[in-house]
Amino acid sequence: MAEASPLAPRGAGRLVAHFWMVLGVIVVAFPVYYVFIASTHSTQTILRPPLPLLPGAEAAQNYSDAFSGGISRIGGVSLWRLLANTTIVAMGIALGKIAISMASAYAIVFFRFPLRMACFWLIFITLMLPVEVRIQPTYKVMVDLGLIDTYPGLILPLIASATATLLFRQFFMTIPDELLEAARVDGAGPWRFFRDILWPLSLTNVAAIFVIQFIYGWTQYLWPLLVTNSNDMNTIVIALKKMISFADADTPWNLVMVTSVLAILPPILVVVLMQRWFVKGLVETEK
Amino acid sequence: MRRTVFPHKLLPWLLLAPQLAITLIFFYWPAGQAFRQSMLREDAFGLKSTFVGLANFRKVLGDPNYLNAVQVTAVFSALVALFAMAIALFLAVQAEKVIRGKGFYRTLMIWPYAVAPAIAGMLWLFMFNPSFGTLAWPLRQMGIHWNPLLDGDHAMILVVAAATWKQISYNFLFFVAGLQAIPRSLLEAAAIDGASRRHAFWTIVFPLLTPTTFFLLVVNTVYALFDTFGIIHAVTGGGPGKATETLVYKVYNDGFVNLIMGDSAAQSVILMIIVIALTAFQFRFIERRVHYG
Amino acid sequence: MARILLNDVRKSYAGNQVIHGIGIEIADGEFVVIVGPSGCGKSTLLRMVAGLEAISAGTIEIGGKVVNDLEPRQRDIAMVFQNYALYPHMSVRENMAYGLKIARMSKAEIAARVAKAATMLELEPYLDRKPRALSGGQRQRVAMGRALVREPAALLLDEPLSNLDAKLRVQMRLQIKEMHLRTGQTTLYVTHDQVEAMTLADRLIVMNKGVAEQIATPLEVYERPASEFVAGFIGSPAMNIFTVRAGDGGVTLPGDAVLPLPGVPRDGELRLGLRPEHLRLAQEGEAAIPVLLRSVERLGADAFGYGMIEGSEVPMVLRLPGTSRAERGDRIAVVPDPAHLHFFDPETGRRVEG
Repeated sequence: MAEASPLAPRGAGRLVAHFWMVLGVIVVAFPVYYVFIASTHSTQTILRPPLPLLPGAEAAQNYSDAFSGGISRIGGVSLWRLLANTTIVAMGIALGKIAISMASAYAIVFFRFPLRMACFWLIFITLMLPVEVRIQPTYKVMVDLGLIDTYPGLILPLIASATATLLFRQFFMTIPDELLEAARVDGAGPWRFFRDILWPLSLTNVAAIFVIQFIYGWTQYLWPLLVTNSNDMNTIVIALKKMISFADADTPWNLVMVTSVLAILPPILVVVLMQRWFVKGLVETEK
Repeated sequence: MRRTVFPHKLLPWLLLAPQLAITLIFFYWPAGQAFRQSMLREDAFGLKSTFVGLANFRKVLGDPNYLNAVQVTAVFSALVALFAMAIALFLAVQAEKVIRGKGFYRTLMIWPYAVAPAIAGMLWLFMFNPSFGTLAWPLRQMGIHWNPLLDGDHAMILVVAAATWKQISYNFLFFVAGLQAIPRSLLEAAAIDGASRRHAFWTIVFPLLTPTTFFLLVVNTVYALFDTFGIIHAVTGGGPGKATETLVYKVYNDGFVNLIMGDSAAQSVILMIIVIALTAFQFRFIERRVHYG
Repeated sequence: MARILLNDVRKSYAGNQVIHGIGIEIADGEFVVIVGPSGCGKSTLLRMVAGLEAISAGTIEIGGKVVNDLEPRQRDIAMVFQNYALYPHMSVRENMAYGLKIARMSKAEIAARVAKAATMLELEPYLDRKPRALSGGQRQRVAMGRALVREPAALLLDEPLSNLDAKLRVQMRLQIKEMHLRTGQTTLYVTHDQVEAMTLADRLIVMNKGVAEQIATPLEVYERPASEFVAGFIGSPAMNIFTVRAGDGGVTLPGDAVLPLPGVPRDGELRLGLRPEHLRLAQEGEAAIPVLLRSVERLGADAFGYGMIEGSEVPMVLRLPGTSRAERGDRIAVVPDPAHLHFFDPETGRRVEG
């Protein structure tokens, strides 16, 4: 990193590059900054453009209103409840995916059994079936299984995707044969090998996949929209959509902005704080 | 292929069971149902359905609304993929040129990845909504009759902008990684051969980035086709008119709002075929992927 | 400590036999080296003993127990791998203790054994380091330590020194020998390096294409190679081997010179093997092999002359005294030592005795 790329110009050229980067960052980060600014102003200020570029004085007021009062438009469900729902869904999806895809990748890579490759392809092909192309029949399955308005209904259909399985399979295949052989000679069976050797070596990948899948879970839209009828079960993204009406003068914009900040902040924190693993995992494994 | 494996025969099935169960229940069964339903037509009361073969497909493909959705999707996807990739590549190249502050820029650059598409759409609509959007305000001052809620073209510009904005992070990370994977020796050789920096970029760097670019092209297309549902639903609802009704939005609309099951299923099947084609395309090119270093 | 018995052991992959019926009885405490070129099946054989490869036919016994269907951990063996296969996330101590922990040995016993191995291998200062913080030689010693702490019935080593540089390899070779003398462990050692094979082994198994060409002590292998392959493989520089026509108490050399030789086993075509070190300069008028020198390598103590038998294209390597003044283009006449003649059947490659 410290060493300059041969592409790197000297002097003025580098300043130009900095100029473009700053401009890019402003465009990219501005909407997020802006919603934060808006969350610190009163509705009146928000509705009278242009909005100031610096935080206003209403921050404490807005945030305590949003948390204590509930928001009438979405049935008085508290922000806490929405955040809890979203966290449960995002964590459920991320951890569930890690668990079941690690298990299946482990089976496919470290065992030989009849129909092994058939199982692999069965899982692999689901890459080509995003939920969007089979919403109607999947919804019907959910109704039949009584999973509407439940956490399993929000989580289960989204935890079996081929991506995480493929990533783990790819990583497991890079484990040298000799390591497994040494462990077997040392007396380790499948469980001990997994617990003592494979799991510690997988932690970086697990962290990366956790970030990617947590974001995936947190930002789900179509599926929660379909399987939740009750406001109690809404995720924060869906709730936000229900709060907003651009045509309606009653929209409490200051509270909408607070909700937006809370809907955006947790995943951004996860991405930024776990940046190192996330970037590595995303770039190395999705290829 | 591994040389050594565990000899157990039952254990791997137990390990696979959860994933296989979920896959069969939530993927294969519904996908099969979509196929079946696409060949059926329900009567007006939804009580009885008859087998109609490919009639639903003929109906869908002959429907001007559907053809409109195809056109909207094509325009939308092409614009999103083009802008999201071009801007990201440009910024990644700039990021390679700076020495200090790289990490700082990257940290700020990846925020939008974490923002839900629907929220991205709402943010942009908030900034650009005609009555009080702070960024719509200067447009009006300049005499532009900016109104994405009424003008189809304006609506399209807005959803393209929101979708592009959200995808820049992802593309940026991949382009940065792609640029870093280019062997320094090649660039040094080019410099010694007397190539100017611009010349070296177009003759060496860009061609070597082709695998990354192709990969991103597929990913961005899939993103624009499917993941942007939230943006459309939250910002325009497919309108005004049907100016921003994409294929996925139409599947949803026909299936859940208008309740025309056969049509919706036929559209699902067409979408599946598109995804399969895209995935197959991606894997063909991945096989031929060039590896460096 | 235990005896290992291989009885007509075979291995096939998809109907393709790669190990052709190998049998050997390895005594308790014996050090046996399996040597051969790459792809000869030597590692496969070792891995079959370890239980990492299934046995297609025949039986393997360790300590009087047939182990064909036992898991590696049930065979009471330990193994050192070519690339060491140290667990990257465990410290040296944890690496060595891992197998003992699985065997549910008491903590005190584990600590004692690790300490003992660490002392013997001079690893004490590194016990809390991770493998990536160690040099190649240190990693190799950790791998040895991990195997030794188990005090297994049999110690298996798969090319353990091949990733080290030349100097370290010599050091470690001596250390392994030393350790074997001290522990008296039954050991099976795979290598492609004939120096390692000759210096370490009580007995050698020379393998070629899945066949044990010869099973004997290093000296026997050197003095009476059982086949042309063994003759060419063991010894450096390699034995000169060429076709001669035998008859009338002598042989006709390539280039048609006739050399009277004692103890020619039979008349007709034969392959004659002569080690460079068993050729001496001929005296005036003595019947000899005429060699035309193409180049001379002087190593100080010795010089090696490379040439061809005159009147032919058959290459000959000669070992000359370091003081020799021989040069490219010289004609040198050499006489073989009659005590070290090797004859092989041109068809089968097997040794033909007189």
